[in-house]
Amino acid sequence: MIDTILVVAATLVAAPLLGGLISGLDRIATARLQSRVGPPVVQPFHDVIKLLNKEPVAVNVWQVFCAYAYLSASMIAVVLFALGSDLLLVLFTQAVGAVFLVVGALSSTSPYSLVGAHRELLQTLSYEPLLVLVAVGIYLQTGSFKIADTRAWGAPLLLKLPFLYAALGLVLTIKLRKSPFDLSTSHHGHQEIVKGLLTDYSGPFLAFVEIGHWFDVILLLWLCSLFWATSWTGMILLVAVTYALEVVTDNVTARMNWRWMLGYAWAMGLTLSVVNLIWLHVR
Amino acid sequence: MFEQITRGSRVKSPWLLHYDCSSCNGCDIEVIACLTPVYDIERFGIINVGNPLHADILLVTGAVNHRNRKVLENLYEQMPHPRVVIAIGSCALSGGVFREAYNVVGGVDKVIAVDVYVPGCAAKPEAIIDGVLLGLEKFKKLSNNWRGVGGIFREAETNES
Repeated sequence: MIDTILVVAATLVAAPLLGGLISGLDRIATARLQSRVGPPVVQPFHDVIKLLNKEPVAVNVWQVFCAYAYLSASMIAVVLFALGSDLLLVLFTQAVGAVFLVVGALSSTSPYSLVGAHRELLQTLSYEPLLVLVAVGIYLQTGSFKIADTRAWGAPLLLKLPFLYAALGLVLTIKLRKSPFDLSTSHHGHQEIVKGLLTDYSGPFLAFVEIGHWFDVILLLWLCSLFWATSWTGMILLVAVTYALEVVTDNVTARMNWRWMLGYAWAMGLTLSVVNLIWLHVR
Repeated sequence: MFEQITRGSRVKSPWLLHYDCSSCNGCDIEVIACLTPVYDIERFGIINVGNPLHADILLVTGAVNHRNRKVLENLYEQMPHPRVVIAIGSCALSGGVFREAYNVVGGVDKVIAVDVYVPGCAAKPEAIIDGVLLGLEKFKKLSNNWRGVGGIFREAETNES
């Protein structure tokens, strides 16, 4: 019992700290790739603390509720992951959070907010099937949906599930809001329709959305680390290389339209996943 | 201690909203130049946002006329507290060469309260960055007691009235 409480507390403290730090490093790396100096590494924390202390302005009560619900769902998903719970449960909790974010944007009457919300829904539609297929692949290999069992698995999963890891890379690009899939909110200084989803979130509620995003980033990177759970070195190296590739992809590609994104994510992602699943089944 | 951290974060994370009243685009080009790798204002945590709800600092260029004064007032009203207004260039300061024109109201301070004036025609990017940093002095002095300025559903209330 005490152990559980300690794990929950440690996760709730460490995840946002780590998430913010990764976000800061990301901004510096992106700035350097664009031959700029970039902000200090703690910049995301400054942003969030400032937003938390701004005057709260909301369109209606649903938006406030949705901001809280998104943050809570993201936190619960990461805590469940830390406790070694069921992978499907974690992924669906995360999906509930993502949907609340969209509902909050839909509760406004601003056209930018509505367009942004629809784009976010299309993104969710693109990546959710792939995430579930990743969970199915892990189940076929280890015989369990339990994260604790996956962690205890003897050999690195990456060697058995390389194509599913590539599909997870696609999901990561969408969820980290990177080009070419940053149709709805991006980490670059975009405005209007691209930032449409966040148009009416402001002040503390925008801060909640940002902290929720940090939790999401941690959740997905932790999911990536499961693919080399046998050693700490392999785990950290795999996540670092994956994230570096995401930052480079972000800076060398242009944004695509939603048809392209949906087609690409489903055609490429589903093909990669299914090929890997058939291979696992036949072997 | 919390107040100090908040103040520090406000100073280190000012998000800009740029509104062009009726500028000749000279000052606008200089404002945009601040975002380029040469000046790279993201070093100071400054981001150019296109949304008054996210902004801390309002940069206004150009003289105010009878048409755009309503837009300017609306943008200012939508910005959550605490906020700073910076007028950039001769026209925004006093109306500049257009001050005698029949359609011009005058400088930005005829419509909303201005905290910092950045002169120049056009204002230099260095002067604009200095102006923004001067505007941040207001955040440094601000205590956390500004709360309760407006209701949480301020926007909805203004829509009804």
